[in-house]
Amino acid sequence: MPEKKIRVLIAKPGLDGHDRGAKVIARALRDAGMEVIYTGLRQTPEMIATAAAQEDVDVIGLSILSGAHNTICPQLMNLLRNKGMQDVTVLVGGIIPEADIPDLKKSGIAEIFLPGTSTQDIVDFIHKRVEQ
Amino acid sequence: MADGPGVAREASREERAWEQNTLRPTLAKSPERQAEFTTISGHPIRRLYTPADLAGWDADRDLGYPGEPPYTRGIHSTMHRGRLWTMRQFAGFGTAEDTNARFRYLLSQGQTGLSTAFDLPTLMGYDSDHPLSEGEVGKCGVAISSLADMEVLFDKIPLANVTTSMTINSPAAVIWAMYLAVAEKQGADWKKISGTLQNDILKEYIAQKEYIYPPEPSMRLVIDTFEFAVKNTPKFNPISISGYHIREAGSTAIQELAFTLRDGMEYVEWGMRRGLDVDEFVPQLSFFFNAHSDFFEEIAKYRAARRIWHKAMVERYGAKSARAWALRFHTQTAGCSLTAQQPYNNVVRTAIQALAAVMGGTQSLHTNSLDEAWALPTEFAATIALRTQQIIAHETGVTSTVDPLGGSYFVEALTNEVERGAWDYIEKIDAMGGMVAAIERSYPQREIAEASYRYQRELDKKEKIMVGVNDYVSEEKPLEILQINESVALRQAERLRKLRADRSQSEVDRRLNALRKAAEGRDNLMPFLFDAVKAYATVGEICDALRVVFGTYEEVAIT
Repeated sequence: MPEKKIRVLIAKPGLDGHDRGAKVIARALRDAGMEVIYTGLRQTPEMIATAAAQEDVDVIGLSILSGAHNTICPQLMNLLRNKGMQDVTVLVGGIIPEADIPDLKKSGIAEIFLPGTSTQDIVDFIHKRVEQ
Repeated sequence: MADGPGVAREASREERAWEQNTLRPTLAKSPERQAEFTTISGHPIRRLYTPADLAGWDADRDLGYPGEPPYTRGIHSTMHRGRLWTMRQFAGFGTAEDTNARFRYLLSQGQTGLSTAFDLPTLMGYDSDHPLSEGEVGKCGVAISSLADMEVLFDKIPLANVTTSMTINSPAAVIWAMYLAVAEKQGADWKKISGTLQNDILKEYIAQKEYIYPPEPSMRLVIDTFEFAVKNTPKFNPISISGYHIREAGSTAIQELAFTLRDGMEYVEWGMRRGLDVDEFVPQLSFFFNAHSDFFEEIAKYRAARRIWHKAMVERYGAKSARAWALRFHTQTAGCSLTAQQPYNNVVRTAIQALAAVMGGTQSLHTNSLDEAWALPTEFAATIALRTQQIIAHETGVTSTVDPLGGSYFVEALTNEVERGAWDYIEKIDAMGGMVAAIERSYPQREIAEASYRYQRELDKKEKIMVGVNDYVSEEKPLEILQINESVALRQAERLRKLRADRSQSEVDRRLNALRKAAEGRDNLMPFLFDAVKAYATVGEICDALRVVFGTYEEVAIT
């Protein structure tokens, strides 16, 4: 039987429309053999949690550049907990001040990828995490 | 030698002799560092440019003289000898009070024009207290929900004397109405005030994605501002047709140039269909380009831009006034080229990019701050960015002569190639039925996504190097950055609550109804927007009134 593909939801929460990073990551993960669903722009935490449940994903990748991460991430993590989806790995990519990283991780975000991260590092991280 | 960009070239006897006698022995002994050299956009670059690369090129015809067609050398005869470019640093964060203070600081430091960044709720037509605004208020720019905020933003800044650029698109007409209302209150003459509204909705669908309404009614709003500007504000640019965001989204230099100029042509065509006179409204259209790191490619891009615009205005639209032929542009250095790692290196990148913009003949310039891969700039970082421009202007000597690179075999050949590449795209988009049609087919979006992915692969494979990111990596201390806290949202919500309590609600309702009715018809909406903002209707209320009539736009997400 072929190995089950890792399923990833790439989501762009908030009002920001800069989707270059989200699209590049979606494509890189797909090229690395993962099943990738891209939500499109301006998703609320509710929309993201619902899509993640419906699509039964292993990983959610959030792209946030606008500075709204401290609001969006805890909201999403609460929703996932309420839906019993603590197993889903949530990653954040974008512009995140280093001072905010400890609290984001405390809220359950598995990793934060800052500008300049190679797509291979993200692929490797997901493989390691999901195979655990 | 067939190592060029595929253009048939015939080398002179001397050049062939040099290849034989000098080049070949060198290559045999020590091969070059790479098999191929390309620009950051992937455009092939030859080892050496000689007269053979300019076969058929005519200096008087293709280069011409500054201030004259085809404007390759610049749109003014004396360029920066006569007047330096406008140093216009983009600023905006927190509340109107916060940004007003930054504006006044920048003016006190020798900045010569203002440029306003609005926060995401404002850009998307939501008030600061809308549920979707949560977490975004005052973060990426200043929060403006009503004329009351706008009055604070420009408090003690005489709009009669300062030129102001406003980076806003979908709600541009609304914000412009507010600006005009502030000018009126200050007693500034509309005929004399000057500045620029970004108002370029096409590049929103293509690249930055801050759209509200579908293309058709959005274009109507844009043309309404053109029509209004021709009659009422002859010195104001109602649009800044922008390649900046297209490039930031990952396009190549040629794509940036082609999509931006084809957008410009689309606006001209829509304006003409409205019955506007090309020679009257086109002189008020301005452009906005990126300054990326590939120095010569950028300079070639600006030179080609002027040549293409002149040709299009003459041949396609029959413009007769030199003011319609001459492409004026603002430049911003490339935010996407800046690195979070070793952020002080960004000062160097920005300086080189700014130098390209100046040598390419820009009319105004924003230089990014070193901390922009982390946050909005601190005052310290914004000051260095402004000083960078002042150093270029006063210490380097590059402003002493017009188009200093004119006549360089390399720069002229590259200008020709970039121009040719852009025309290929422009003609492809013509064949699709124009830019709106091309956008609906996701054509430019797809081309940009391809280019940005290709560049990311090149970085991942180290075929292109970003210093401090995929090579020359070192440990570093975190940078001190500007943090916007949530108290901004609370202050804004409180101000909106007071505004709604103090204004005449029946007057607001009456004017919003009038706006809605007008939107259903064909009248120019500017007077209705002006009425609404003066009654202190909010950005959200006005944009909602138009949402009811126009509907909203959702793109087909491609990855």
